[in-house]
Amino acid sequence: MNTTAIGAHRIGYELRSYFRAPDAVFFTFLFPIVMLALFSVAFSSAPNIQAGPNVSVDYATYYLPGLVATGILLSGTQSLGVDIAGERSDGTLKRLGGTPLPVVSYFIGKIGMVLVTTVVQTALLLAIASLVFGVDLPTDGGAWAHFAGVMLLGVATSCVLGIAISALPREGRRATATIAPIVLVLQFISGVYLPFTQLPDWLQNVASVFPLRWMASGMRSVFLPDAFASAEPGGAWHLGLGALVLTAWLVLGAVACLLTFRWNRKDA
Amino acid sequence: MPETPAIEVHHLTKQYPTGKRAVDDVSFDIPRGETFALLGPNGAGKTTTVEILEGYRTRTGGEVRVLGHDPAHTTRSHNARIGIVLQTSAESPNVTVAEQLRHFTTFYPTYRSVEELLQKTGLETQRNTRISRLSGGQRRRVDVALGIIGRPEVLFLDEPTTGFDPEARRQFWDLIDEVKHEGTTILLTTHYLDEAAHLADRAAVIADGKLLDIAPIDEIGGAEARTPRIRWRDEAGNVHEERTHQTTKRIRQSADPMHDLEVIRPSLEDVYLGMVGQR
Repeated sequence: MNTTAIGAHRIGYELRSYFRAPDAVFFTFLFPIVMLALFSVAFSSAPNIQAGPNVSVDYATYYLPGLVATGILLSGTQSLGVDIAGERSDGTLKRLGGTPLPVVSYFIGKIGMVLVTTVVQTALLLAIASLVFGVDLPTDGGAWAHFAGVMLLGVATSCVLGIAISALPREGRRATATIAPIVLVLQFISGVYLPFTQLPDWLQNVASVFPLRWMASGMRSVFLPDAFASAEPGGAWHLGLGALVLTAWLVLGAVACLLTFRWNRKDA
Repeated sequence: MPETPAIEVHHLTKQYPTGKRAVDDVSFDIPRGETFALLGPNGAGKTTTVEILEGYRTRTGGEVRVLGHDPAHTTRSHNARIGIVLQTSAESPNVTVAEQLRHFTTFYPTYRSVEELLQKTGLETQRNTRISRLSGGQRRRVDVALGIIGRPEVLFLDEPTTGFDPEARRQFWDLIDEVKHEGTTILLTTHYLDEAAHLADRAAVIADGKLLDIAPIDEIGGAEARTPRIRWRDEAGNVHEERTHQTTKRIRQSADPMHDLEVIRPSLEDVYLGMVGQR
């Protein structure tokens, strides 16, 4: 079989083993939903968030885009990074490295798995946001096409960063402890939990170097009324710049993967 | 044109930055079709040698070739011609035996069918069992199935039967015998000498990274190390033991009666322990 066909086969294989660990699936899928519930309930008696006269949204609506973005980063970078670090330390990668499996097919399998699980997870989050918390989802096709674009670019970037970051932990047991704090800090500085423009300018600038801030504002541009662009830095969504930053990370991450990815730690 | 050996190892050395030499000037050739056992105590350098040949580790000196290819440079086409059973099983995924085997067949240009592998490894009844729920011995059989799945020309087996019960070991030997009869070259490391004696055509003994001897299994250690011993009890009940090549003559010439007379031919284990212990 060629590299692509083996990669496609690996997507099925990865998904099969992914969905057979129900506890992990449950918590990964549940995390953004729990956060959405938490914020909606915590601020249920607070007044709506205003963006100019006559434009306001409730907290569930306000937090939804950031949580969609964070879900992508968690599945791509955090879960995948921990997953691969674990496979490196438990001998799975060593075994695969002794077979003719192309590295690229392995990557296709992982990225395909993340894409499918992220789509399911996001669909679940959106469904609950709409049905339980009464969030009004976009109705025009353009917004959804835009949503798909941000999602695809976000997943691809998060995945290559996850693969690259998996080389950091020295052993699988420490993978979560090494990777989770990085992702957590990004969530707090990228406007997922705290309104982005309330952060100090320098911190906004730092966050703007990283992909999550752009995934979050990209998602806000889909789910929030246009008037909310005024609440962004510079009063605009800056979608082009966001796409550029994400693409830069995608390319950088892909190069890092190809240069640093090893099936095993030689001579460890 | 004479066929090149399946595995060529010339003055192989692996020195760590600390200065420790895990493998020290080891040389051997394994002709095609041979089953070759690498014997030695733990830490002797067996796994280091095998993992250099498998392509997992780098060498610091000497030359090695596997099927004419330098394993330091892994390629897909080379990996398709070898089979590897590592010393430790990988953590098992949440897939069934049949799913795992079917998936691995997609990596290889030519491969055995899942049915053949299940039948050969005696895992037919476990085909739909998740690998994480298999016993240690059954997982090892999956490892072996994955090792031979691509019809390898060279098969590496690193301590394949550690932790097996005697019956499982016997079944494993039968499986390897079959693979061997298909013409596969096998490099086996083990510290079970009966396993080496049963499976291997030739063996090498290494200790502290150095090659102590290399010979057909029943010649390891040389003739001297295989001198039989006779042991008996005299009238007073004292036990005597002597080493002699002329056992019958010695017994016939004995003036005193010999009780509980035994003639002991040194086993491979005796010879091996003698070699490794001398150091």
